[in-house]
Order: sequence, then C-alpha cells, then structure tokens
Amino acid sequence: MLRSTVRKPLQLASRVKLSTASWSASRRAVPLQAGRVWWPKVQEYSTKIQPKLTAESYPDVHRFSGFKKLADEDLSFFRSILSDSEILQAKADEDLALFNEDWMRKYKGQSQLVLRPKSVNQVSQILKYCNEQKLAVVPQGGNTGLVGGSVPVFDEIVLSLTQLNKIRDFDPVSGILKCDAGVILENADSFLAEHGYIFPMDLGAKGSCHVGGIVATNAGGLRLLRYGSLHGTVLGLEVVLPNGEILDSMNALRKDNTGYDLKQMFIGSEGTIGVITGVSILTPPRPKAFNVSFLGVESYEAVQKTFVQAKQELSEILSAFEFMDLNSQRLTKEHLKDVPHPLEEEYPFYILIETSGSNKEHDDVKLETFLEKAMEDGTVLDGVVAQDETELRNLWQWREMIPESSQAGGGVYKYDVSLPLKDLYSLVEAANAKLTEKGLLSVEDTSKPVISAIGYGHVGDGNLHLNVAVREYSKDVEKALEPFVYEHVSSKNGSISAEHGLGFQKKNYIGYSKNDQEIKMIKQLKNLYDPNAILNPYKYV
Amino acid sequence: MSKSLRILVPVKRVIDYAIKPRINKAGTGVEKTGVKFSMNPFDDIAVEEAVRIREKHKKLVENIHAVSIGPLKAQDILRTALAKGADTCSHVDVKEAELEPLAVAKILKEMVAKQNANLVILGKQSIDDDCNNTGQMLAGLLNWPQATFAAKVEIDEANMTARVTREIDGGEETVSAPLPLVVTTDLRLNQPRYATLPNLMKAKKKPLEKLSLSDFSKVDAEPRLKVMKVEEPPTRSAGIKVGSVDELIEKLKEVKAI
Ligand SMILES: Cc1cc2nc3c(=O)[nH]c(=O)nc-3n(C[C@H](O)[C@H](O)[C@H](O)COP(=O)(O)OP(=O)(O)OC[C@H]3O[C@@H](n4cnc5c(N)ncnc54)[C@H](O)[C@@H]3O)c2cc1C
Repeated sequence: MLRSTVRKPLQLASRVKLSTASWSASRRAVPLQAGRVWWPKVQEYSTKIQPKLTAESYPDVHRFSGFKKLADEDLSFFRSILSDSEILQAKADEDLALFNEDWMRKYKGQSQLVLRPKSVNQVSQILKYCNEQKLAVVPQGGNTGLVGGSVPVFDEIVLSLTQLNKIRDFDPVSGILKCDAGVILENADSFLAEHGYIFPMDLGAKGSCHVGGIVATNAGGLRLLRYGSLHGTVLGLEVVLPNGEILDSMNALRKDNTGYDLKQMFIGSEGTIGVITGVSILTPPRPKAFNVSFLGVESYEAVQKTFVQAKQELSEILSAFEFMDLNSQRLTKEHLKDVPHPLEEEYPFYILIETSGSNKEHDDVKLETFLEKAMEDGTVLDGVVAQDETELRNLWQWREMIPESSQAGGGVYKYDVSLPLKDLYSLVEAANAKLTEKGLLSVEDTSKPVISAIGYGHVGDGNLHLNVAVREYSKDVEKALEPFVYEHVSSKNGSISAEHGLGFQKKNYIGYSKNDQEIKMIKQLKNLYDPNAILNPYKYV
Repeated sequence: MSKSLRILVPVKRVIDYAIKPRINKAGTGVEKTGVKFSMNPFDDIAVEEAVRIREKHKKLVENIHAVSIGPLKAQDILRTALAKGADTCSHVDVKEAELEPLAVAKILKEMVAKQNANLVILGKQSIDDDCNNTGQMLAGLLNWPQATFAAKVEIDEANMTARVTREIDGGEETVSAPLPLVVTTDLRLNQPRYATLPNLMKAKKKPLEKLSLSDFSKVDAEPRLKVMKVEEPPTRSAGIKVGSVDELIEKLKEVKAI
C-alpha cells in the first residue's frame, strides 16, 4: 500500500519537516486512533557547545570529604551482583558524557561509574552497599531534567534506571497501569493506546524521559489542565530507601485512608530520599477526538480573556491552553527555517488550544462556537484550525519546539515559575528590561551574550517558562538573572519552580518559595531516611 | 468570450494519513468505525494549487469548484476545501458505496460539463485504494490532454496553455498543453495552507450543491471488481544478534544465503 511510502515524501515535502530528530520520532509514531503522537525525540544534547565541569563553573561548591572515593574493592562488589552489561566504567576514550552531562549541556559531572541494574533486588543491594561505604549516588532516569538534578556534581556513582523497563501489569477495567520506573513515557503511552487508554501526563521530552523520572520530579506537562497532577494520579510506588529497604505500595487502591500517604513524599523528591523502581498509576480512557486551534491575539490581557472564554465555552473538553509570546515564535521560526508559520501576520501573543473528547461532532460545534464568538468580539485577531492529523501535529510543533529553538543559538537559562495569572507575563517584561539595561541583550549584535528573553507556558496552570536564549553561558547573565528572577516571583507570591524542580540550579533559592518551618521538616525527613546523605548530594535543600 | 479559467477540484474523504489502517475482523476491508477521516493529502495539494493559480492570475480564474463523491460526511472535507479557498462545491452522495475509479471518472466528466470547467486539478491517487487511475481515465473520457504527477504548474494566460513539470523516475520532465487540461498533483507541488478562522466562518456561507447518484443516470456505478480478501502484510520476523563474523557466515550458510 502506498500509504506507507507516501508518508516519507509527504513529510519530507516539508509540510512537517522540522528536524531530523522529530522526523525519526514521527516514524516511531504510535498507531493510535487519535491524539498527538508526533513528538520530537529529545536529542542527546540541544547544543554543540561543550559544557564546563560543574566543579569549575561553581568553585564555591566543594566535594563532601565524608564521601568515599571509588576503589577497586567497590568495583569487585558491583561485579559480584551485576553483569557486564549492567556496569559502565569511564575509560581513556569514554568519559561517560551521556551520563555526566545534562540535556542543556550546562552541567558536567565526573562520574567514573554507571550502574544499570535490571532488578529491584539489585538496586536494593547497590544502595545498601553504597550507604554502608558512604559512596554518593545519583539516581538517573532519562536525563532530561532541566535543573541539573540528574547528573553528578563530582564523582557520584550514576544509578541509571534505563534497564529496569518492563510494563508489569495493566487492568483494562480500572485503567490502573503498573510498570518499572525506567519505562520511557512514550512507550508507556503507546502501550496504553493499544488498550484505549492514555497516560495522564505528557511533555516534550516523552521520547526519552522515564515514568519514574517524571514521578521523581513531579513533572507537570501538557495535560495537567485536564488530568491533574501526579500527586493525584499516582496510586502507589515501589521505592528503594538509601539503606536498601524496599517500600512497596504498588497494590494501593484508589481509596485508602489508612495511615500517612507515604508515596506522596517521593513524588517530587528528585532522587534525594529514595530510588523509585515501580509506579502504579491511574490512567483515563483515551479521548477519541482531538482538535487543535492556533490563535493570534493582541496582548497578554487578551490571552487571559480568551482563557476565561475557553473555560466557559469548552469546559470539559478543553485539554490544553498554551500561550507563547512573539519572540518565542521568532526564535522557533528561525530554527524551523523552511516551515511556514501557521499565521501569516505577526501578533504579540499566540495561543494554542487543544480539545479532546469522545465525540468529534460535539467537540467541533463547541470549538466553532467559541472561536466565532472570540473572533467576533475582537479578542482573537486571527487563527487557524487543524483539518487533519498532520496539521494538528504541525501546529503543536510551534509550541513543542520552543525549548529546542531557544537553545539552538548556544544555550539557555530556563526559569519555570508559577505566578498568579494576572502577573504571569510581568516576569518576562521585567527580565527583558533588566537585560537590556545591563547591555547584555541583542538579537542582531552577536557580541552580546543574550539573544532573546522569551515567555511561554501553560496558562491553564498559571505556569510560565521564561527562557533566556544565549549565545554562551556567562556569569554576567547569570548574575543579572539570579536572584532577580526569584525575587520578582517571590514578590508576587509565586513559586520559583512550578514543575522542573530544584535540582542543582535552584538549591539555594528554595527559601523564596518555602518558609522556614517547611524547610526544617524537609531537612528532618532527609536526615531521617538518608542519614549519610549519599543520595543526590549538593542538590535540592 | 473573454478568457477565463473554471477550475474543478475533486476531493476525496479517506482515513487520515497519519493513522494506521487496521483490517476489520471479517477480513473484508479496512476498519472504519471510530477512525479519523480527512481529506486525501494529494487533494489538499490540488485545492492549494487551484487557489495559488487564482492568486497569481487574479482576473483569469472565474471559479474554483470542489466536488466530493462519497458518504454524507464527505461534506466535512468540502467545508475544508471551501475554507481553504474553493468558491463553491457539490457533494455527490453515494451513501456507503465505494465507487471504482472508472465510475468516479464518469461522474467527474459530467461535473466538468455541468460546471463548464476547463481545468481539472486532482490528486494523483487517493491514499486508501492507491489506484492512481481517476485522473487518467477522466482525461481519456473527456479526450483532453493530461499532465500527471505535477510538481509545478504554470499557466500562460496569453496562449491559454499550461506548462507542467512532472516528477518522473530519476528526474523531471516538463510538458506543455493547451487548455482544457487534466492535472494530477504530486507531493512536491506545494505546501497546503491552514484553514483560517475567518475563512472557516465564510466557508459556512458558501454554497454546497447536494446531488446523488440518481442525478447521473448515464453512469453505471456498479463495481466491476470483487474484493476477495484483505490481509495484513506478513510481519517480518525479528533479527538475531551474532557474536562474531564466523558465526555470521555460518548462519548465512545455514539459510543458503551464501
Ligand atoms: C524538551 C523538554 C520538555 C520538557 N517539558 C516539561 C514540561 O512540560 N513539564 C515538566 O514538568 N517538565 C518538563 N521537562 C523537564 C522534566 O522534568 C523532565 O523531562 C522529566 O520529568 C525528567 O524525567 P527523566 O526520566 O529524564 O529524569 P532525569 O532527568 O533523569 O532525573 C530528574 C530528577 O529525578 C531523579 N530521578 C530520576 N529517576 C529517578 C528514580 N527512578 N528514582 C528516584 N529519582 C529519580 C534524578 O536524580 C533527578 O534529580 C522537559 C524537559 C525537556 C528536555
């Protein structure tokens, strides 16, 4: 059948030719009935610039002298419980860069050893041993985290969950999925698609990030508006504690009011008090009909007004409401080169709306009514509606490719914050003003470090991404932005990390979002379960 | 008579090209329930080309008329065609019947007469049956020249001719023909635009003519082919890993490949 041969030329014919990375992902697209399946595969790195060692970039951070240095006897022990394919050692020609460097290439550790166990029992033995020997460990999932939490700072051992990657069980009646932590999100979602279900969260890194990784970071992503946070959808976890003990709540029920809800402590713990090895999660039925519309509006006020109207008119079928500023689209245009932008004219702000439901006709009518009203009363100036799956996926690209595009010029400083909706965009304006005032920003002048400061994000969740696209990482830029950004957010009663977590980048800034009592209890818990502080040191608190 | 172009663009509703078709339980065809349908991508390109010709030759194009032969739902893709720039359209309701290319071509021939069209732009094939016949048959029935697999279409207003660059094995071929003409589109011809909101709203008010098979009494739409069986292509068995070159050679010998 030519359908299969048509696919390639059609895509190459540049309708959807966006990047080789996304092209290869599209070929792996899941055969499902509806919905977006076309995701950019997160490349190993998003920039060619070689990162500096974290230890050099941050000379004030010192290796904790209480940690043991890896010795031959330790290797012998690991060899006694793991097979060859489960151990990767640094060699003259192999510096384990894939595990030492983060996705942004902003941080680089110096680990000499990566362990990739295939069983929970092995994870337990490894941690027990490391705890006794005071060997520091970094749990690592898909290594797509954006705050430097997933890579070592010094010589910590990398405990990679990549090979713990089996689906354990799926109940097609309740929709409860049980799987290993190392299952790649996209694979979990494809598996669910076969059964008519959907993973209740989704993000641009889905081709690489792990189910355990998103739980460990409590990632928010694109479907939060519809399905809520992982604190609600995760039903149970299997976690190996630093002393090797295994906490198992995989058989948890949807309703269970007996005792403390211990699993919650690990959701968003970023690998600091336990290694997640198994996840049990409640998944909703996969919507049958998706619609996507891409709109241009005049101001941030109009974005808010459209959001209110969308909630009222679309209510239960609204599944994503994303906004993007003009500069974010300009950078993406630059990056996607030949792909024409959905809207002919430029607008100060853009909105992507997705609806998903069980009945296409019903959804079409609702969306149409809403868009007509918004257009007639002048809130929306222009827009397009996807007419087929290809168009639908291509429209999503203009939101999904922003992270990659903002990085393509060299590097990016990323701030992911929660703010009251009315103040959401004020941060981008303030950052632009500050960078301009310091003479650091210019789109044309390549001698300036900053290319552009852009804003986009999940309006539905009050979540803004401020990306400062730079030609190179520099102390001047970092000093101009930090703690400035955190102070601004704090002054508006926002959170300095909406969904990416604290990791290494935001460790020192937790005080802007958590009060003394909260920080004290976090530290007490950490000390209680990880008294030797071997898990993910130098990060979080 | 002043020179003018009346373009007919046939469009077909097919299973969305991004969706993997599955064979129904009975093995008689492709499963259609609960599956997303859209406009055949080649036809989307045909609509776009008609609109671009008008944008380039403002006064020349009198009308772009889209026609779809298919079930009631085919009206959805006609609305899309209208939103993307067609002026008027006709739906020939054939219920759930699947017409063969010859029957389609005969109906289109009558549509050409009805619309007094002098240029037909249609997809080189539809991605459901992959026949790649309709355009050629239509040209034959009309006794018009045909330029298939078009990668570029240029209209010469003065002489009322068209120059069409065609995709052929290993290169391109440029042909020229006087109008009236049948053009079938290839993938590289253009990149279809999105349907904008204002145009979607306008499309609702554009005329849609409702016809049915009985309006084409001369056309025998009875199928001449009988589908015996529909099967998935055989799945390829998984590969194996070999440890050494010697082992590879041994394995190849085993299967008599060398
Ligand atoms: C292109 C792109 C788009 C993104 N979009 C979003 C978005 O929309 N929303 C959002 O919230 N985030 C987003 N992210 C960031 C997001 O935090 C990560 O993609 C994801 O949550 C991390 O999963 P991972 O498996 O790669 O974890 P890693 O990066 O490997 O690890 C992240 C942290 O979790 C810890 N960890 C990982 N696995 C385990 C485990 N099994 N047990 C204990 N600790 C563990 C690590 O130590 C580290 O601290 C995006 C990232 C990229 C690159």
